[in-house]
Amino acid sequence: MTHRIMSCSEALAEALLEEMERDDSVFIIGEDIRAHDGIFGQFRGLPKRFPARVIDTPISETCIVGAGLGAALTGMRPLVDMHFADFFTTAMDEIVNQTAKIRYMFGGQAKVPMVIWAPDGGGLRAGAHHSQSLESWFVHTPGLKVVVPSEPADVKGLMKSAIRDDDPVIFFQHKKLFAQTGHVPQEEYLIPIGKGEIKREGAHITLITYSRMTYLCLEAADLLAQEDIEAEVIDLRTLKPLDFDIISRSVKKTYNALVVHEACLTGGFGAEIAARIGEELFDYLDAPVARIGAKDVPVPFSPVMEDFVLPQVADIVESVRKILNRQ
Amino acid sequence: MKTSKKEKLSLLEKMLMVRAFEEKAGELFQQNLIPGFIHLSIGEEASSVGTCSVLRPDDYVASTHRGHGHLIAKGADPQLMFAELFGKATGYCKGKGGSMHIADFSLGILGANGVVGGGFPIIVGAGLSIKLRNTDQIGVVFFGDGAANRGTFHEAANMAAIWKLPVIFVCENNLYASTTPVAYSLAGGSVAARASAYGIPGHITDGNDILEVRKIVARAVKRAREGKGPSIVENRTYRYRGHFEGDPQKYRSKQEVESFRKKHDPIEKFKRILKKEGTLSDRRYEDMREKVALKIEEAVRSAQEAPLPDPEEALDDLFVNP
Ligand SMILES: Cc1ncc(C[n+]2csc(CCOP(=O)(O)OP(=O)(O)O)c2C)c(N)n1
Ligand SMILES: [Mg+2]
Repeated sequence: MTHRIMSCSEALAEALLEEMERDDSVFIIGEDIRAHDGIFGQFRGLPKRFPARVIDTPISETCIVGAGLGAALTGMRPLVDMHFADFFTTAMDEIVNQTAKIRYMFGGQAKVPMVIWAPDGGGLRAGAHHSQSLESWFVHTPGLKVVVPSEPADVKGLMKSAIRDDDPVIFFQHKKLFAQTGHVPQEEYLIPIGKGEIKREGAHITLITYSRMTYLCLEAADLLAQEDIEAEVIDLRTLKPLDFDIISRSVKKTYNALVVHEACLTGGFGAEIAARIGEELFDYLDAPVARIGAKDVPVPFSPVMEDFVLPQVADIVESVRKILNRQ
Repeated sequence: MKTSKKEKLSLLEKMLMVRAFEEKAGELFQQNLIPGFIHLSIGEEASSVGTCSVLRPDDYVASTHRGHGHLIAKGADPQLMFAELFGKATGYCKGKGGSMHIADFSLGILGANGVVGGGFPIIVGAGLSIKLRNTDQIGVVFFGDGAANRGTFHEAANMAAIWKLPVIFVCENNLYASTTPVAYSLAGGSVAARASAYGIPGHITDGNDILEVRKIVARAVKRAREGKGPSIVENRTYRYRGHFEGDPQKYRSKQEVESFRKKHDPIEKFKRILKKEGTLSDRRYEDMREKVALKIEEAVRSAQEAPLPDPEEALDDLFVNP
């Protein structure tokens, strides 16, 4: 396979370009997406290429998401741009009570082929209203699929699958990863929703992670390798449906597990994974499953405090040492 | 409404203060001394200063992401604001907030807001509280043309109207919401016109004419204080800077910006009036500018010298009773 180097942002735009060319029913709707190709430049070239299918809206998130749903119910395949994941709050009824439940409540009559795209995450000194990681809310809502890719190739392959999926997909992309580059195959490909990937193999401990924390875990694994600790890094890529098989296979090999996410710790997705490992893999564990997440406060503005609140590479390294010393 | 010579001079000085604060903030941002992102209101000073000039210290204000002007106009201390912009421990919010989240509750400032349209329900609640506590305070919510399209605007206007709450909806229509022109996004073309749907007064002002803003808002204040209910005031104005510092601004031309700056600048306009009527001499104006510049310089200096917070302070202030 031939590859190119691309950023996550370019990978997203390419996925959408291909899907919009393939299928006339795909369209993009959201605030400020035409003038600058999206506020992060994430839709580069698309407004020009598809003038009628990249639609600017007023600041009306409730109706943007609701209109996406209505269009999805009646033959279109919208991608709704949430602008910032933080603004999910202003459209929660449309997502949680309407989008997630409509097929089930109506006995399977309807389908909702909609992607809700949300740039999330902190580290940009953007303060408490522009830095959150809210994936747990949606994982906790039956009827939604939740995708959280890290590298460009995964962004592209998963976005193409999300667009083709007949169910609603919440698609998070970390704001700090837009410029992150990586190899992307030249020829067309899909990455299935619900499949994780091992980004680094290792025998001593499994680091289970997703989104930006994948890169921090890989950095931590490099550092740990200098101490002869081989960490396996699993990027879940999708949280729901969860690829528990990949976790299971790895933990049966390493006997140790640490879950790492940027969202705050309490009630975070790490709790779900730790519980499942406890229930299903207890006999394989050499130590209790550990979790790393942000401290349980809103993300503060001042860089010194933000760095303290969000997980850092050093936190991962230290936690791994602690888990392994306990044996 | 009558405005004395002294009041006029103090209005001009406040506008100069807001502008000097923001020009400095823009400069510091460019030098990478302010983290994150900032939204400047340069060009819109008549709206913030004119509106707050007819409020009492115990009145409430809910502000926006473009809030520096509202804060200074309501009496906030530029030094504590700069400290907050730098993320210092001495800032208004101890560095937890940043530019988009400054508040001074002791001055009735209920907070800037990172969520567009977040202030509407809050001011309804403040208005309700005023009513329940039986005081004669009032509340003002500042908002942009873009925010008028949030559902919260309509819910708040309706609720304030049925309960005749002592609040004023002050729209700063600067013709754009981020990249989106009002001509595209605002059905009916005017925010004030929406007032008729709620049976309350709606006024459009030349939002770059501080005396007009003052006059119209004063009318709404009187009405609110007398228990007659809310009003909408739409100050038509313009922002010279990008939506945020660093905005590529492909949605408008440089000529458009320059033309507003040349023809409609609120400070220049007011200066001309004051000079013409003999209230302001060149000398007095220069003195005033120097005084403002010095104050801003001093504010920046002491904010820069202030300590950063301890990282652990991030865990404070979440609950009253943790
Ligand atoms: C609920 C919500 N949606 C979107 C945004 C992103 N955003 C921040 S400011 C802004 C434009 C606001 O326009 P307007 O209300 O006219 O105020 P202005 O910036 O012109 O002062 C947008 C879309 C936000 N902060 N909150
Ligand atoms: Mg505006």
